[in-house]
Amino acid sequence: MKARWFTPIVFTVTLLVVALALATVTNNYFYTAAYIVLQFIILATAWNILGGLTGYVNFGSAAFFSLGAYSSVVMFSLFKAPVPLAIPVSAAVAGLVGLGAGYLTLRLRGVFFAIATLAMSEVLYTFVVNWDYVGGARGAYIILQDDPPFGFSNHTQYLFTVMALMTAFAIAVARYVETSRLGRGLAAIRDDEVAAECSGVPTLRLKLISTTVSGALMGMSGSTFPYFMQYVEPTSSFSLSYSVNAIAMPLIGGMHSWAGPLIGAILLGTIQQIVQVTVSSAWNLLIVGVLLVVFVTLAPDGIMGWFDHWRARRRRS
Amino acid sequence: MEVTADLLVNALISGILLAGFYAAVSVGIGIAFGMLDVVNIAHPAFIVLGAYVAYIAHEMLGADPIVTAFVLSPAFFVLGLVIYRIYYYAFERHGQESLRSLAFFFGILFITEVVLILSFGVDYRLVNTSYSSTTWRVGFVDFPLRLVVPFAVSLAMTLGLHFYFTRTFFGRSVLAVAQDPLALQLMGVNPRRVKELAFALSIATAGVAGAFLIVIQPVQPALGRVFIGLVFAITVLGGLGSITGTMVGAAILGIAESFTATFFGPSWSPAVSFGLLLAALAFKPTGLLGR
Amino acid sequence: MTASLLAATGVTKHFGGFYALEKVDFEVRAGERVGLIGPNGSGKSTLVNCITGTLSSDEGTILFEGHDLAGLPAHRRIRRGIARSFQLPRPFAAMSVLDNLRIPLLYAAHTHGGKWRSEEQAGDEAMDILRQMGLDAKADEKSGGLTQVDLRKLELARAMAARPKLLISDEAMAGLSSNEIDEIITILLGMKERGIAVVMIEHIMRAVVHFSERVAVLVAGRKIADGKPDEVMRNPEVEKAYLGE
Repeated sequence: MKARWFTPIVFTVTLLVVALALATVTNNYFYTAAYIVLQFIILATAWNILGGLTGYVNFGSAAFFSLGAYSSVVMFSLFKAPVPLAIPVSAAVAGLVGLGAGYLTLRLRGVFFAIATLAMSEVLYTFVVNWDYVGGARGAYIILQDDPPFGFSNHTQYLFTVMALMTAFAIAVARYVETSRLGRGLAAIRDDEVAAECSGVPTLRLKLISTTVSGALMGMSGSTFPYFMQYVEPTSSFSLSYSVNAIAMPLIGGMHSWAGPLIGAILLGTIQQIVQVTVSSAWNLLIVGVLLVVFVTLAPDGIMGWFDHWRARRRRS
Repeated sequence: MEVTADLLVNALISGILLAGFYAAVSVGIGIAFGMLDVVNIAHPAFIVLGAYVAYIAHEMLGADPIVTAFVLSPAFFVLGLVIYRIYYYAFERHGQESLRSLAFFFGILFITEVVLILSFGVDYRLVNTSYSSTTWRVGFVDFPLRLVVPFAVSLAMTLGLHFYFTRTFFGRSVLAVAQDPLALQLMGVNPRRVKELAFALSIATAGVAGAFLIVIQPVQPALGRVFIGLVFAITVLGGLGSITGTMVGAAILGIAESFTATFFGPSWSPAVSFGLLLAALAFKPTGLLGR
Repeated sequence: MTASLLAATGVTKHFGGFYALEKVDFEVRAGERVGLIGPNGSGKSTLVNCITGTLSSDEGTILFEGHDLAGLPAHRRIRRGIARSFQLPRPFAAMSVLDNLRIPLLYAAHTHGGKWRSEEQAGDEAMDILRQMGLDAKADEKSGGLTQVDLRKLELARAMAARPKLLISDEAMAGLSSNEIDEIITILLGMKERGIAVVMIEHIMRAVVHFSERVAVLVAGRKIADGKPDEVMRNPEVEKAYLGE
C-alpha cells in the first residue's frame, strides 16, 4: 500500500463503519462499549509510538489521559468549551507535559524515564485531588444541556463518531511516524542509542518529538471523556487500568508496527467489555494483567510476531 | 498555621521514626535495583502482600504482625526465587531487554493488586496490636509506639543487611555481581546464583516491611503504587548500590513528608516523594552520595 | 603538504582522579592514513570518544576543517564528516543490513544539493556500499544474526554511509582470522581513493605498519611518539611500553 493512500483509506473505512453503525444500531450500550474500545485503541497506539517505536516505557498513560480529561473540565467550567475546541487544547496540554517530562529525564537511562512517568502520575493525581476548582476527590460534572450538533440524535452517538475519527487520526499519525524518516531514526534509537547518535540521528530531539506526540494523542483520547461520562473523578481517570492496558495491548498485539496495538486493543478491549458485563470489572483487570505477563514472557513479539513467523515460513517453503 | 517549636520537633521526630520504616521499605529495591540492576517495580506490591499476610495471621491466630513477618519471611524468600527464575529465563538470559522486563514487573504489580482486591475488597485493613495505641511522652515530644516499634526493628534489619553486604563473602559477591560477573565466575562463584539469592532476599525484606506497614497505617490493595515513587525516590536520592545511601534517602524522605503533612496537610504528602524523585532524576540522577 | 583535517590540541579527559588523556595533541591531514596504537587502557578509545562527541573533553580544543567542535553533540560531528566504527560492533540489531546503512544516509549525509535523501535514493546508495564491502548478498538479513567478520564490515559500511571525510576505525580486526584481516585492510586502503582520511586503531602491528603512513602511540593517556611507522617502531620508549623493560 502506498503511504499517501493510507490516511484516506483509514478515514474512509472509519466513516463507512460509523455510518453503518449509526444507520443500524440504536442500542446505546453498543456505542458506550465501542467508545471505550476506541479509546483504548488510541491509548495503545499512542503508547506504542514511544514504547514500541522508540523503546521507552511510559507507565503514566493514565496521567496523560487525565491531563486531557481535566483540561476539558477546566475549559468547560470556564466557558462551556465545545468538544471540537476541547480536543486540540487538551492534546496540546498533554503533549507539552510529555515534552517537559521527556526533557527532564530522557537523557538518563530508559529505566529512569519509566519510573519518572509513574511518579508523575501520582504527583498529578495528588494535585487533582487537592484542586477544588475541578472538584477535588469528589469529581466534576459536565452537564450538556444543548442538543448534540450536526443532527446527531444523542450525545453518545455524537461522541462515538468523534472518537472514531480521532482513532483514525491516531492510527494515521502512528503509521506516518513509523514509515517516515522519523520512524527510521526512532527505530535506530530503540536498537542502539549510542550508535544512532553516532550515525547522525539527533537522539534527544527525536525522543522528545516521540514523547510529545505520544502524550498529545493520549491527551486527545481523554479530552472527550468528561463529555461522554458527564462526570469525572480522579480515582477512575487516573486508574492504573489505563496505564496497564496501554502497555498490555501493544505488547500482546505486537510492538513493531501500527497494526499491533490496534489488534491488541480490539482484542483486549472487547474481552474486557464482555467480562465486565458477564463477570466483574475486577476480573477483567486480572485477565489483562495475566495476559500481559504471559505474553511478555512467552510470546515477546505478540500476535503480529506469530503472523510474521508464519509469513516467513511460508515464503521459505 | 503558627509554626511553634514543639510542632517542629514533633514533626522532626515522627519524620525520623517514619524514616526507619522507609529504610526497610526501600532496602529491597536498594538490593534489586541498586546492586543487581533488576528494576523490580513490583517491589511495593510484595510489601502490600506482606501487610495482608500479617493481617490474616493476626485475624486468625492473633499473631503479632512483626513476629509473623519474620516467621513467614522464608516463604517470601522462595517467592523471590521463583520470580527471579522466571525473570532470568524470560529476559536476562537474552541480554538487554529492559522494556519487556519492566512490563513484566508492572504486570506482576498489577496482578497482585487485583488479586488482593478480589480477595479482600478495597476497604482499608488495620491491625491493632497491644502497643498500637500507646504513646510515650518525653516533655512535649510524642513517641507513638505504633511508629517506634517498626522503627527499631527496621533499623536493626537494615543495619544487619548493611553489615551482611559489606562484611561477608556472599555480600561482597552481590556488590560485585553487577560490575564484574566474569571475575566472580573466575573465583568459582556462579553469578546467576548470587543474583537469585540476593533477589530472593530483597523480596523477603518486602514481606517484613509489609508487616511494619500494617502496624503503622491502614492498608488497601492499591497502596503499593503510592510506594513506588517512595522507594525509588529513596533509592535514587541515596545513590544506587549502597545500603547507607538508602538510609540517607529514607531519612530525607521521612522528614520531608512529615513536615509536609504537619504544615500542609497529609493529602499532600504523596506529592513530596514523587516530587523529590522527579527532582532527583532531573538534577542529580547519581544520588546525593554518588559521584 | 595538505592542511590539517583534524587538529586536536591539549586534549585532557579525567574520570574522577584518573587521567585517561593528558594534554594529547593529535593531527590528521586530509586523505591521510594514520595508525593509533597503544596498550589496553592507554586512552585510545577515550580519544576517539572525545573526537566523535560521545564524551566531552575536559580541556583542549578539537578543530575539524578549522572549526571548533566544542559543544557539538555526536550527531552534529558525524554530519560534519567524522565517522567511526565501534570496537564491539553495535549494529541496529532488529533492522536488516541494508536498513542499517539507511540510517546514516538519511541522517548524517546531505546530498550535494544540501537536501536529505529520499528513501529510494538512500536504498540505492546503501546497496552500492554493501557491494563494495562484499555484503550485498546479506542486504535483507537481520543484522543481529551476522558473523563477527560481517559485523565488522557492517560497522565500516555504516560509517562509510555517512559520507565522511575522516573515518576512525576502532579495532575493526580484533579476533578475526588472518584472511579476514586482509579483507578489512583492503577495504580501509580503498578509502584513500575516495579521499577519506582513516585513523586505524589496532593491536595487530602487521596491519598497522602495512597500512599507516604515520603512527601515533598513546601510553597511559600521553602521546609518546608520532611519526613514520618504522621510525616509531624503533623508538626505545615505544619498545619499552610494548615489550617491557
